[in-house]
Amino acid sequence: MSTPTYHRFESIIVGSGGAGLMAALHSSKEVGTAVVSKLYPTRSHTGAAAGGIAAALSNIEEDSWENHAYDTIKGGDFVVDQTPVEILCREAVECIYDLEHMGLPFDRTPDGRISQRRFGGHTRPVPGNPSKREPVMRACHAADRTGHMILQTLYQQCIKQGVQFFDEYHMLDLVMVDGECRGIVAIEIATGRLHVFHAKSVLLATGGFGRMFKVTSNAYALTGDGPAIAYRHGIPLEDMEFYQFHPTGIYRLGILLTEGCRGDGGIMFNGKGERFMETYAPNMKELASRDVCSRSIYQEVQAGRGVNGKDFVYLDIRPETINKFKSSPLHKDGKDVDEHFIESRLSESLELSRTYLGIDPLKEPMPIQPTAHYAMGGTPTDFETRVLRNAAGEVVPGLYAAGESACVSVHGANRLGTNSLVDLVVFGRRAGKAMAQYAKSHDFREIPSDADAPTRKQINAALAKPRTEPWIRIREELQTVMMDDCGVYRNTEGLARAHKKVAELKGRYESTGIQDKGTVFNTGLLEYLELGCLIDLAAATVASAESRKESRGAHSREDFPDRDDVNHFNHTFAMRDGDTGTKIENRPVDVVYVEKDGQKVPKYPLEVRKY
Amino acid sequence: MSESTPPFALTGTDRVSDLADPNTGQIRWRDLTLRIKRYDPEKDREPHWQEFKIQAHPMDRVLDVLMKVKWEQDDSIALRKSCAHGICGSDAMRINGQNNLACKLLVQNVKGKTITVEPILGLPVIKDLIVDMKPFFDHYKAVMPFLVNDDPAPTTERLQTPEQRARFDDTTKCILCACCTTACPPFWGNREYVGPAAIVNAHRFIFDSRDQGAGERLDILNDSEGIWRCRTVFNCTTACPRGIQVTQAISEVKRALITGVVDIPEEAEVLS
Repeated sequence: MSTPTYHRFESIIVGSGGAGLMAALHSSKEVGTAVVSKLYPTRSHTGAAAGGIAAALSNIEEDSWENHAYDTIKGGDFVVDQTPVEILCREAVECIYDLEHMGLPFDRTPDGRISQRRFGGHTRPVPGNPSKREPVMRACHAADRTGHMILQTLYQQCIKQGVQFFDEYHMLDLVMVDGECRGIVAIEIATGRLHVFHAKSVLLATGGFGRMFKVTSNAYALTGDGPAIAYRHGIPLEDMEFYQFHPTGIYRLGILLTEGCRGDGGIMFNGKGERFMETYAPNMKELASRDVCSRSIYQEVQAGRGVNGKDFVYLDIRPETINKFKSSPLHKDGKDVDEHFIESRLSESLELSRTYLGIDPLKEPMPIQPTAHYAMGGTPTDFETRVLRNAAGEVVPGLYAAGESACVSVHGANRLGTNSLVDLVVFGRRAGKAMAQYAKSHDFREIPSDADAPTRKQINAALAKPRTEPWIRIREELQTVMMDDCGVYRNTEGLARAHKKVAELKGRYESTGIQDKGTVFNTGLLEYLELGCLIDLAAATVASAESRKESRGAHSREDFPDRDDVNHFNHTFAMRDGDTGTKIENRPVDVVYVEKDGQKVPKYPLEVRKY
Repeated sequence: MSESTPPFALTGTDRVSDLADPNTGQIRWRDLTLRIKRYDPEKDREPHWQEFKIQAHPMDRVLDVLMKVKWEQDDSIALRKSCAHGICGSDAMRINGQNNLACKLLVQNVKGKTITVEPILGLPVIKDLIVDMKPFFDHYKAVMPFLVNDDPAPTTERLQTPEQRARFDDTTKCILCACCTTACPPFWGNREYVGPAAIVNAHRFIFDSRDQGAGERLDILNDSEGIWRCRTVFNCTTACPRGIQVTQAISEVKRALITGVVDIPEEAEVLS
């Protein structure tokens, strides 16, 4: 392999989804910025997000950012850091208007303002009866293509602003010197050439890692490259045990049917035709939080009440069903839904069902099962998106993280729908500004002349090793053990099994190589390296799940079914210990206090999480 | 638990079970031949066909079958893919002679025992099914695909009626997969033609009531390599995996150029 190409930019952004592009727009206004992405930006998985983006605009129903903050904290089962959540919910309103000014084509109310819809977990106190809560219309939407519209709009603005892109450059390493981040090393996929990007500030915005699991809504590209590579450099992973399984994935394929289906009135039925959510969440029913819904489906299936005894249930969005149960917000105004309404609001979901199931959801219910969807955990950051090097909260100079791959934490143990898109734009913007600020106040610092050496070694090793076993087997076994033993429900025995298995898989991974030895578009090599990332993240996930001996949010332990606020009201920090071990530390949850009767009390007191 | 039952009859069958043979209960796997056009710039002087035998599950997409072959038989097969459900636009390919997204086409909907897969036409082939997308994205960038509005922004949202929003809804669906442009014979004949996708993305802004750049974009398209190379062949509309009425969008832009009027609800912007 020849010598690498060198580049120098004050800010480097890795990843071109919502968070990365938003950061690029802000950083590039002030300092030389480049976006390095292994995909063309419009291919990023932000584009698959459907339902909406939450902000308390009060365009249809009276709402407030405090309501939104409370819902988010409760939704996260209280291990949410409260200061950044208040920032998230307050700045959400401004960010929505910003997006609209950039041209985002939101759906509109009859009087021309941004339309909002109901979504799981988003509530307000019932007017006139504040001790009770009801669903509120907070999710701003563009049909059920909101993520697609956000991604397109941000990319369009990047074109307008002349942001520089390195498309199809795959980051393989960080350049860390004396505990500081000074750049990245990436491979130019089209030529196999290595590139060293010397920078003052680096943002990791590489997205999630659902490909750890067998049934997932995530794209092939979502392999957690940012968090995994940072982890290998001694940077911790926070809250990895909190992984969200979205209740309505298309059976076997894992493709997501948006929560908007339930927001607009869809009902879930088991094999006996029962609306089982009435038992598990008597108040919110289908609009309970996602982890509650996924567990409910899982329990119904375990009890033999899946459809025809199988491992799926039905999601029914037919007008006659919605009208029969009066589950749509339209029913509040005494109206019924019709096919035209469903077609206009849920066109993408209808399309997915028709294409992949051959089922017309206007005529028949759809088979669904929980699908691995969102990582609440990831690379830990402070509220300014600066990466933390330990549980004590020390910052890594020059390194930032935002989006799904980061853990601020604003989602705690479970994320509410429509809060991810808000997270991207609010913290993407903060990251862009913080990176630019840092770059303006610091000089470039030296990097070693052979910054690419570890990467070259890694690639050469992968190419030199004989293919003793197809690495796809290793990946399949990883995805299976994670789905079975570290999925919706976990227990001590299963986690121990997963722990052992992941360690075994790592050994097998390191002994085998790949078939394709070429340099041009060697996708075999890149998928192999991505698998390495997934294995490391899986090990940290299992270790974190083992350490949290309680059930909270998306993390459900059959052997510890209750929430334990005495011992576990904290965040989990997984640190690399030697070559294969993981060390666990804890970091307290950030709590906001207010004055009440001359005393300091928590603004969001702990409560039992019921829907 | 609610007393009421859902409005469908619970029979012994469900759509998922339909995939199995009713007599044996076994999944009906299908034996197929995958015929892929290979080209390795480091080894080959020209492209050549290679065949692989594979078994497909009834719910498999063409992408699933391609990936199976790649993982189990030859991991040097190069293709782009990401979301695997028709939204990112990475895996546009020519399958049995028609442009489509490999992840949107189910194997059960492809006739015959052989599925032929080749890269899309009109763009330089880099390796196997991967083409150079730069010319495509350059054409897209050339039409100013971003909102132009120099008025000071209000503190809240700019207003737009549902009718105004609906006017350009179709062309907002574009995922830049290139199925349309690379199905277009005038584009095959001349790569300088801006192509259907670029025109669709110009349309999305020209007919957006909040945009003020229609005049400039129409000027850019008013060129022999711009909109006037379109011969209304309709291949673009057939190829679009998002169901966008591409030819119609192109004709609306042509009409705006000819009449000097961009017809938007409640607002007819007359161009000088």
